[in-house]
Amino acid sequence: MENPRHTHRIALTVNGAPVEAEVEDRLHLGDFLRRELSLTGTHLGCEHGVCGACTVMVDGQAVRSCLMLAVQARGRAVTTVEGLAADDGTLSPLQEAFREHHALQCGFCTPGMLTSLTAFLRDNPAPTDREVREAISGNICRCTGYQPIVAAALAAAGAKAAEEEN
Amino acid sequence: MGVRYFGAEVRRVEDARLVTGNGRYVDDIELPGMLEAAIVRSTEAHARIRSIDAAAARALPGVHAVFTLQDFPPEYRDRPMVQPYPAPVLLQPTTQYPLAKDEVCFVGQAIALVVAETRHVAEDAAGLVAVDYETLPAVVDCREAVKSGAPLAHADSPDNIVARLRVAFGEVDAAFADSAHVFEERFLQHRGGCHAMECRGVIAEDRPHHDGLTIISATQCPYLVRRNVAAYLGRDEGRVRVVAPDVGGGFGPKAGIYAEEIVVPLAASALGRPVKWIEDRREHFVTTNTQRDQEWTLEAAVDADGRLLGVRGRVIHDNGAFVPYGLLLPMTTLTPLPGPYAVPALDVAMEVAFTNTAPNSPIRGAGRPNAAFAMERLVARIARELGLDQAEVRRRNYVPADGFPYDTGQKFRDGSPIRYDSGDFEGCLDKVVELADYAGFAGRQKAAREEGRYLGIGVSSCIEDTGVGPYEGATVRVQPDGKVLIRTGAASQGQGHETMLAQVCADRLDVAIGDVYVMAADTGAFPHGIGTIGSRVAVNASTAVFDAAESVRDKALSLAAERLEASVEDLEVEDGVIGVAGVPEMTVTYGDLARQLAPMAGGALPRGFAPGLEATSYRTSDGMPTASGSNIAEVEVDIGTGEVRVLRYSVAHDCGNMINPMMVDGQIVGGVVHGIGNALFERLVYDESGQPLNNNYGEYLLPIATEMPPIAITHQETPSPLNPLGIKGAGEGGTIPATSAIVAAIENALEPFGVVIRSYPVSPEELCDLIDASGA
Ligand code: FES
Ligand code: FES
Repeated sequence: MENPRHTHRIALTVNGAPVEAEVEDRLHLGDFLRRELSLTGTHLGCEHGVCGACTVMVDGQAVRSCLMLAVQARGRAVTTVEGLAADDGTLSPLQEAFREHHALQCGFCTPGMLTSLTAFLRDNPAPTDREVREAISGNICRCTGYQPIVAAALAAAGAKAAEEEN
Repeated sequence: MGVRYFGAEVRRVEDARLVTGNGRYVDDIELPGMLEAAIVRSTEAHARIRSIDAAAARALPGVHAVFTLQDFPPEYRDRPMVQPYPAPVLLQPTTQYPLAKDEVCFVGQAIALVVAETRHVAEDAAGLVAVDYETLPAVVDCREAVKSGAPLAHADSPDNIVARLRVAFGEVDAAFADSAHVFEERFLQHRGGCHAMECRGVIAEDRPHHDGLTIISATQCPYLVRRNVAAYLGRDEGRVRVVAPDVGGGFGPKAGIYAEEIVVPLAASALGRPVKWIEDRREHFVTTNTQRDQEWTLEAAVDADGRLLGVRGRVIHDNGAFVPYGLLLPMTTLTPLPGPYAVPALDVAMEVAFTNTAPNSPIRGAGRPNAAFAMERLVARIARELGLDQAEVRRRNYVPADGFPYDTGQKFRDGSPIRYDSGDFEGCLDKVVELADYAGFAGRQKAAREEGRYLGIGVSSCIEDTGVGPYEGATVRVQPDGKVLIRTGAASQGQGHETMLAQVCADRLDVAIGDVYVMAADTGAFPHGIGTIGSRVAVNASTAVFDAAESVRDKALSLAAERLEASVEDLEVEDGVIGVAGVPEMTVTYGDLARQLAPMAGGALPRGFAPGLEATSYRTSDGMPTASGSNIAEVEVDIGTGEVRVLRYSVAHDCGNMINPMMVDGQIVGGVVHGIGNALFERLVYDESGQPLNNNYGEYLLPIATEMPPIAITHQETPSPLNPLGIKGAGEGGTIPATSAIVAAIENALEPFGVVIRSYPVSPEELCDLIDASGA
């Protein structure tokens, strides 16, 4: 069988650092991050766009990295779970809240939850329980039953609001 | 000795790595020179393989090998996988060949393994392997499979019966003869697939001249994998090492031994390079063990007051195409009967049937949710027929609080009685009745009906036998720097064992929890283990850690007493520093003692002490602690669309003393949601020819955040008398009663229509049909 493997040269930023690579056209962004850049925090749970484990931020928007080709990330800024903490390793308020509220068990869905909610909370700093649930309705978690994830997101939003008031 | 951590909501030590993307799951591991595999799987539910043509696949650039069974060394070509749980009652213990020999019995069965430079190339090549099938008749429904003359799931077997089981005690016929009422119920239970968010995965590397075969697998039971791989390959267990890294959820099916755990090592050995295979979600749907169908036909003999006098009936259990896990799932269906109820006589028989579908093994709760559903259905029927309240009918039937230890009447295989060690079922019910505002429900229901809305409430009670033995072990070792290392075989798939075991150990030694760390699930680092199944690790491994830490403490105190020239009774420990009461300057640390007990050349061991400040224990619970609980679900049913909304969900749970209530609650909430998924969403659909029809998350529905109710939890702590910590397992008690609570609530909402639900998951279409059929 013919199996032409076209490759493309791409340049983008990942977690703030410039990256250049030669990628096959069929390589999806999730595999690119995991295999080419060894950023294995991004997880693949279904590879058909439903589970949300592979969610990363592209130019600030939550995107399923299994549904986007690496070539489509050309010129974009990609943020993965590895890029959520501060440079000195200080966890983001959301990451802290996940620990505080036991919002993860096996941790497999967690990177996608964190990236989805990071983007969501930036745009919706004071959400309701219902809005948080809708924000993660495209992220499947088999372990936690979601309740502690919702609590963590609400707590992180609350902490941020309190910080801004001061 | 102070208690600082036991019972506290200690934040998990695992989380620091998991929230930053630093977890290390099997697919995150890269070994030098590693190749990647993809598997050619059967597209037929039942067929004979006429031929396999892999020439085009082998010719593809980047492909290193294509293996069929015939391409392995001759000794493996006629060797099916080892039955991990043999039992005399297994009439047909059939396991599959790691790659199909000449017959395939379910869609997804492995036929060939392609190994290539990358997964992409391996998949390209897998698509080029041509398999010529001769289709054979398939049997898909277990109720058909047990009939004589049914198509055979295996062409050369006499029938489709894997086993016939029966549990019986008491005078059943007399109970029915003397009863005021006899009620019969028939229902079909369907529990779907596993759906851990991480699929399975295996890496194998063979270094025959060095340390032998290493397998990294997303498994719940590394020791079971070691035993079975060594047995299959004919290798010394000492030269087979199995490691479970971070594992992204287990829920039961990752406890077995799978074909890939055999064929990936065989390929790695043949090629002399590490090989990785990662299951994708489509493969997970068709090849990771599922739980699927059971049909129950049950009769209850009841007195005039609604008390159960006897239960009898028959179960047909779908085992799928093979027997990958002995009879553990069927057995765990029968042994919990009759649940929390004191029933004097019982006789239930089960036929375990082959079908041409994915093999079955336990999923969260194993057969216990099925057993609970069965008993709860009977109790619901009694309430309906006799006009009793859902809570009241349960009160009349519970094992009374002063009735423990309680022998159900069933016996284990060794003849010892199945015994509930402790509990207070009515106490739990009282708690959940209050939490759910059960008394106020009638008002809520009435108000809603006036608006044309249908609310319902459902009560469900259960027991959970937890902490099955025979043991789990732990070594507690103080390192020269004073840090404490716990080694155990018990693998974690997210339960938080690292935190839990560190809590128990830190208390026993009086050290800060930050100075304790856990390394687990590596057969090369700890010699013996069982694995993480059946809510057993807290009970077994914590008890071993507790006991080993006690020995370490004793040893440290005896040596400290010599060093400080004091008597052991005068010593006290705080934060790892051992001192003499009242003499603040006289101290020594655990680290000092550990160094003294591990001298280098030229040093000396203190007289009378063995080296190392460490101890190993396999101490375990003296039997299986019984957890229990009652749940109440409140739902709204849209009678126009059949949609069910779960409005609130309340849990009263008793798992004895809790090591970490935050993590116990996490187990319960997650478990309840799994049970709600079983009640409302999760159905694996096969057509009559055995083709799976919904292998994706668009069509196979898992519970999602927007569909889940607020879940409130209250605890009753009835300590287990069987272990020094008074603990019981907590991993499955959320799931076990949840499905029946939801179903009961739906029935309650639809009482005006007389709707009775006889199968789950309950789809909106089915509810609409039931409402229509009622004619109300
Ligand atoms: S892996 Fe991308 S949505 Fe599931
Ligand atoms: S924490 Fe395991 S899937 Fe969410």
